[in-house]
Amino acid sequence: MGKLNDLTIAEARDGLAAGDFSAAELTEDCITAMEAARNLNAFITETPEIARERAATSDARRARGEALGALDGIPIAVKDLFCTTGTLTSAASHILDGFTPTYESTVSQNLINAGAVILGKTNLDEFAMGSANITSYYGNVKNPWIGPNGEDLVPGGSSGGSATAVAANICPGSIGTDTGGSIRQPASLCGVVGMKPTYGRCSRWGTVAFASSLDQAGPFARTVRDNALMLEGMAGHDPKDSTSAPIDVPNFEASISGDLKGLTVGIPEEYTLDGMPEEIQALWDQGAAWMREVGAEIKPVSLPHTKYALPAYYIVAPAEASSNLARYDGVRYGLRVEGATLDEMYENTRGSGFGAEVRRRVMIGTYVLSAGYYDAYYVKAQQVRTIILNEFNTVFEDVDVLLTPTAPNAAFPIGAKMDDPVAMYLNDVFTVPANMAGLPGISVPAGLDKSGLPLGLQIVAKPFDEETMLRAADALERAANFTAKPRYLGGQ
Amino acid sequence: MAYLIESDSGTWEVVIGLEVHAQVSSRAKLFSGSPTDFGAKPNTQVSLVDAAMPGMLPVINEICVEQAVRTGLGLNAQINLHSVFERKNYFYADLPQGYQISQYQYPIVGEGTVVLDMPDGTTREIGIERLHMEQDAGKSMHDQDPKRSFIDLNRAGVCLMEIVSKPDLRSPEEAGIYVRKLRSIMRYLGSCDGNMEQGSLRADVNVSVRLQGETDFRTRAEIKNVNSVRFIMQAIEVEATRQVDVWESGDEVVQETRLFDPNRSETRSMRAKEFAHDYRYFPDPDLLPLDLDQTYVDDIAAKLPELPDAKKDRFIVDYGLSAYDAGVLVADKETALFFEEAAEGRNAKLAVNWLTTNLFGALNAAGKEITESPISATHLGGLLDLLADGTISSRIAKDVFEEMFQTSRDPAAIIEEKGLKQITDTGAIEAAVDAAIISNPEQADQVRDGNDKAIGWFVGQVMKATQGKANPQAVNELLQTRLKG
Repeated sequence: MGKLNDLTIAEARDGLAAGDFSAAELTEDCITAMEAARNLNAFITETPEIARERAATSDARRARGEALGALDGIPIAVKDLFCTTGTLTSAASHILDGFTPTYESTVSQNLINAGAVILGKTNLDEFAMGSANITSYYGNVKNPWIGPNGEDLVPGGSSGGSATAVAANICPGSIGTDTGGSIRQPASLCGVVGMKPTYGRCSRWGTVAFASSLDQAGPFARTVRDNALMLEGMAGHDPKDSTSAPIDVPNFEASISGDLKGLTVGIPEEYTLDGMPEEIQALWDQGAAWMREVGAEIKPVSLPHTKYALPAYYIVAPAEASSNLARYDGVRYGLRVEGATLDEMYENTRGSGFGAEVRRRVMIGTYVLSAGYYDAYYVKAQQVRTIILNEFNTVFEDVDVLLTPTAPNAAFPIGAKMDDPVAMYLNDVFTVPANMAGLPGISVPAGLDKSGLPLGLQIVAKPFDEETMLRAADALERAANFTAKPRYLGGQ
Repeated sequence: MAYLIESDSGTWEVVIGLEVHAQVSSRAKLFSGSPTDFGAKPNTQVSLVDAAMPGMLPVINEICVEQAVRTGLGLNAQINLHSVFERKNYFYADLPQGYQISQYQYPIVGEGTVVLDMPDGTTREIGIERLHMEQDAGKSMHDQDPKRSFIDLNRAGVCLMEIVSKPDLRSPEEAGIYVRKLRSIMRYLGSCDGNMEQGSLRADVNVSVRLQGETDFRTRAEIKNVNSVRFIMQAIEVEATRQVDVWESGDEVVQETRLFDPNRSETRSMRAKEFAHDYRYFPDPDLLPLDLDQTYVDDIAAKLPELPDAKKDRFIVDYGLSAYDAGVLVADKETALFFEEAAEGRNAKLAVNWLTTNLFGALNAAGKEITESPISATHLGGLLDLLADGTISSRIAKDVFEEMFQTSRDPAAIIEEKGLKQITDTGAIEAAVDAAIISNPEQADQVRDGNDKAIGWFVGQVMKATQGKANPQAVNELLQTRLKG
């Protein structure tokens, strides 16, 4: 038998149910893999003791015949943006030094309640602001895939640690958050499946906020089926989050039928970008062909205002962030750098507590909300957002899902795109529209670029229609039959 | 009565608008489940949400919404079915989130009217601009330690209603009556206890002056956070006088925020820097817009209690009271209730007199509220009955009232025990009258000679002899018959 950490969630579930191995054994292999992968810097905090304890509890439960469900005994990793009782929660920021919550985020609590075993807290871009996992106070994460000349690559961001943990087979599943692409883009760059559910599907309570109207928690795993299992464990209405949708959680795994007959897939014309690598266009065309082969109807659609989604996003998200991050003021928790006056203390604390990218976004956000600029920027951006939403609604009268590339490029070397924040921001060009409209989106690894690096395709669906999205993603996954392995796992 | 300030260049009138911050009566805060009790130990009523811990989210307290709607209806105001909570961003140590959640562009209540009962019996209508809901901040304490400030977050997140008047008030007196009227309406509704000592009601006072006849407003100053009716009135007086002096000296009043110092009876400019904020309002993305349906509002409207204006009208019609008396009685919900209990089925004017003159006087002297009255409405009513059926004279009634106030006892029992029943037995009165005449022959002759004043003297003698229990009218009639008949 190979190492248990190589199993998918569905395989591990079946193995646990059959008694082939215990949750303790599964967890031990994952802990070993986590410790062996420290050079990837995927974790900020490892919690092996908590994991062992929960695994033992799971085994005891199973022995009593009270096993919970698919996630019972499954080791997972949690982005260090989710507050976890008794474990440092840093948001990868210096400003949250020593912050240990007394409460558990709803999403991680849901997973714990489902029996999942949390291995640790994964690295991310500071406050989830970034597309390369290079803004973390705890250092960058390395992609398990290696560049053509052996160079270290970024895993994407902001949920780079969670993507890496799954791509490096440290654990079969992990959770992240996606504000503008922070799950789907790293999933694409790391060759795993990552999903942003519909806004409101997962509670935001207890998750450190970046941009409240865009933030949404979602899973990473190595298969679409595992994504379905993870989502089922995370989702659900939460009265503590006023924006959480009061709707039931369906059996997502059951929606994976392998059949796309009668499904209409829209191909948005405007997603063809000038200067986009040819191989991405080719993969996208290939994806459409695959879906047609299994019975879907392919239909070109138009989303003309899509091009404004990214600029509008870079007004709305920083605006909300500038306000959301005001609470990190040195008064009640985290870092405090003293000063002679209250204002000086604020300046010292926030000046040294926040990294450059966070400071940039706080300043952008403060600017766009300030008197005299509010109407020109924030109000206009919200109007653009409404237009984008309406365009999606119109298109979804004709099609069931949309197929697009996930990111405009494969993983790039650590240090690239550092001088030009706008070039970095462009990494989210295909993912941001779904956040602006609150739609679910999933990235499925579909092929390799000419350097042998993974590329993902994205399926976007109607609000709260993750079932159709998963069905389409599963079909895409089968057709793509992506089996390539990163160098870290002996591939490439 | 016009409030005008005379100066060299003419006669000035004062223009006043008030922003009243009223704490909503609710057990829990606006966006968290923390209790709101006054006087708890510092930082014992603070939830994770109130302390703005990472990842915490606000959830609206429906009771607060209901109270705001009730208050809006009580102000005869437009209820906006769609309203929006926004974030008002600024940094301060007692503002944990770094923003206050407040309503800005879309308040829950729009324009309304408050009717003031003026002392001369007339009324004045004052416009309400809007009412919106917002969170209170915590409390900074700068006097606990030489170097550090302490923060108490018990108040942080408590629901306030900010009630903004139109600039319709024209005198300190009107401003005072307006605040009292708002307080009265909210107490009737139970939406705010109106307790100014505990900070449940505070006001920002906007004051400007203009020469009589001017139609535009001149620049105003805002006096922040004044916390009693008396101080509001004083602040307006001194600020109006200051502004007249400024204009008279050829300077201009500047738009600014000022503080009222009651000890020195002056207003002082607050440092401009402290308030040069750009609050960067924007809709709070953690909260959905507040959308109410008309049925919800109608249901609340149907269950509103009778409010002071309606009660006043009813008192005038049902009890035949003057507008002034009715206004005094309804100003306080408890007083109105007390009056109705005491006056029901009795002589209402007599009830008003006993209530406003005797009971209010005694309560005032004892420093008590009507709710703490030692005399219950039922007992006061009983006293009125004993007066009406002639069991006691009004002189005896006053003594009985005193006794009731001291002991809280039933008037009938006091009269019985002390033998204060009025003497209605003619024989006994006749005997007392005859005895008085026989003992005072000189005075009797004066009466016979036509000195009517002496009759009054005889009445006094007889009343003294009977310890006040004789019916004075009967005594008078007997004396007339005996001495002149």
